[in-house]
Amino acid sequence: MAVTDIKAFAHLSEADVTALGEELDAIRREIEQSRGERDAAYIKKAITIQRSLAAGGRITLFASAFPPAWVAGTTMLGLAKIIENMELGHNVIHGQWDWMNDPEIHSSTWEWDTTCPSEQWKHSHNFVHHKYTNVVGRDDDVGYGILRVTRDQKWHPIYLGQPVYNAMLALFFQYAVALHDLNIGEIRRGKKDKRTTLRQLKQIGRKVGRQLGKDYVLFPLLTGPQFVSTLTANAAANLMRNLWSYTVIFCGHFPDGAEKFTVEQFENETPHEWYLRQMLGSANFKAGPLMAFMSGNLCYQIEHHLFPDLPSNRYAEMSVRIRALCEKYELPYTTGTLAHQYFQTLRTIWKLTLPNRFLTATSDAAPETASERGGSVQEIRGLRMPERLAS
Amino acid sequence: MVQDIEPGSGALAPPPPKRVPVRGRLSSTAASLRARLAAPATETLPVAMRPTGGAEAEPPRQAGAGLLRGVASRLTTPLLPDDYLHLLNPLWSARELRGKVVEVIPETATAATLVIQPGWGWSPDYRAGQYIGIGIQLEGRWHWRSYSLTSVPTQEDGTISITVKAMPEGFLSRHLVDGLPPGTVVRLNAPQGDFFLPDPPPDKILFLTAGSGLTPVMGMLRMLQRRQSMSDVVLVHSAPSEQDVLFRRELHAMAEQNPSLRLHEQLTDSMGMLGLDQLSGVCADWPERETWACGPPALLDAAEQMWKRNHLTGRLHVERFSVQLDGAGGEGGTVTFGSSGRTAEVDGATTLLEAGEAAGLQLPFGCRMGICQSCVVPLVAGSVRDLRSGAVHVEGDRIQTCISAAAGDCVLGV
Repeated sequence: MAVTDIKAFAHLSEADVTALGEELDAIRREIEQSRGERDAAYIKKAITIQRSLAAGGRITLFASAFPPAWVAGTTMLGLAKIIENMELGHNVIHGQWDWMNDPEIHSSTWEWDTTCPSEQWKHSHNFVHHKYTNVVGRDDDVGYGILRVTRDQKWHPIYLGQPVYNAMLALFFQYAVALHDLNIGEIRRGKKDKRTTLRQLKQIGRKVGRQLGKDYVLFPLLTGPQFVSTLTANAAANLMRNLWSYTVIFCGHFPDGAEKFTVEQFENETPHEWYLRQMLGSANFKAGPLMAFMSGNLCYQIEHHLFPDLPSNRYAEMSVRIRALCEKYELPYTTGTLAHQYFQTLRTIWKLTLPNRFLTATSDAAPETASERGGSVQEIRGLRMPERLAS
Repeated sequence: MVQDIEPGSGALAPPPPKRVPVRGRLSSTAASLRARLAAPATETLPVAMRPTGGAEAEPPRQAGAGLLRGVASRLTTPLLPDDYLHLLNPLWSARELRGKVVEVIPETATAATLVIQPGWGWSPDYRAGQYIGIGIQLEGRWHWRSYSLTSVPTQEDGTISITVKAMPEGFLSRHLVDGLPPGTVVRLNAPQGDFFLPDPPPDKILFLTAGSGLTPVMGMLRMLQRRQSMSDVVLVHSAPSEQDVLFRRELHAMAEQNPSLRLHEQLTDSMGMLGLDQLSGVCADWPERETWACGPPALLDAAEQMWKRNHLTGRLHVERFSVQLDGAGGEGGTVTFGSSGRTAEVDGATTLLEAGEAAGLQLPFGCRMGICQSCVVPLVAGSVRDLRSGAVHVEGDRIQTCISAAAGDCVLGV
């Protein structure tokens, strides 16, 4: 059973949770007030780098039959797609740059270089995932409707195939994201309005058509006799982006220590407890400046979940303060190397192909999920016991 | 003068134009609004004849270029070719109109003319006297203001110019006058407004201006001069002193060249204000003249009353710089912006448009003074108050966000 009483689980009193919430509010205000020239210059530079890489990659691939050009062009194009999706698209659509009032860098106008239409992403991600984060049964990102990533999800024989689904998801990640907001589960249960489904399908179809047309028809045709090598280069660039974004995103909420929550917890939640749920439900990974940039600063997943609409270039400085707050309130700050975090994610996915009766840990004290019934977060996650509790 | 939207009359309000200009937050006091109103002071002009903000300024589509753009945008999807090209040259984008400041010419101690080279997508067929929106980036944020064009549409080098007067409380106008180095890239909005001369111009014209109200009229005068079709024109202009008269040397040179142009400078520091009852003294035949007036609200209000008293309303054309939001205040409340779900706590004096922009939303807008209906949105729930008239609009009405404030909690369908 996931967390139902977050205060008990975190061993914090009502007053502690309020004090923590107020400290987080203060960080938000400070960042909001200090947004300015420096931040605007950052995003402008990121856009310039991304578009230069994209143009450079496309141009280089006019010599795609020449293997070194194929490698260079593919790499540039793949990097451009990664930056576009992670640092630009995801963050701009979150409204992180709306404060600039620039119509060209605004959540209401940005369309990203992937098959998922921005409008649907805003619903499935900005709204559903960020509001209901890790609430089992509400947040569709818990397993994306096809994976069992916590033993709070009921087992079904279909999950025996989940190592395969997981691999498919990694390979075709952009299509999974595109179909995400359709909510196939609801369609299957007949809960979803047919007209909405049709409208969404049309929107996805149009976008997929344009994306496929660009990468697999138009650019290959333009390179004439090198049609096939350009096509494989574009496919490889898309694959590169898929694998990377899949890895980064799976390391946000599936490594050990990213807690899951029940609907009851969500329904009785105060705004300050919402903060606490974001902190306990997300996991960072260690990254230097370059890797942080390539991950769209989602190596700071905890900070991103606390402040999804603050500029991504400020997450690094926020992380120092959030980490200090975690120490002060004796809360875990889940992080590790990317390889370590992904290993844990993969281990959970493989393990949970089996029903709970074959697993040793209970859902109250398992690596991927725990609850106040299994003890405090400090006990379960092996943190120092708060002094006030030890006595 | 301005048709108010009454409950149930939503059909009168045209839908927002396809390409709605987006502008930033203005400073909080309504008086510092530099948006302009170009309203023909006439109740008789049929609604259908009113220009629909900016639509006439849309560039004509050239079939060849359009096709090429269409093909190229298949390659750059989901972006436009412009999104790449403007990185090479900031003016190579028609996605958002851009311009480059090529020269800043001081006019008086507190005013300067900005000469701007517009980029792609700019249509040069505007009318002298119209205004444009100009956006500049300051500390990362884009801020928008509107200024009258003082250039003439046929200018050979394709540049446009605006003349800006630094307002005491206007941080942006001050920045434009003092701090904009040549080469700065600005954003532009298409020319708008119907404060311009008919073609051909009337035989007898009176221009009644004060302060920076001279700017749109200067555009008209320059056009008449360039076309060598100066009619019988009287310019009655008020300014504190000679040093404060914009374009003074040029005006005097123009008057020397054109015997049909007569200037009256009312230097208010030494001569006092020009009461309109004294107008006959400086321009005896004013009732026979088609009149264009631009200046502070007091002057324009007085002119409107005087022309109305003399049953000449149709012959007076007025351009306002600022809107007087002096109707009864709303009560304030929580505004919810429907589609985004964002909310804002606002007082009864803040317009819904300002509140939305402060919350980081991009709402449709146009004139920001309640006349162009670009900002009209449905009021889904609650009620709002028209700050000009004090009239209350209720659920189901379509309201103008730029002149409405919350009267209790409300939900907007944007």
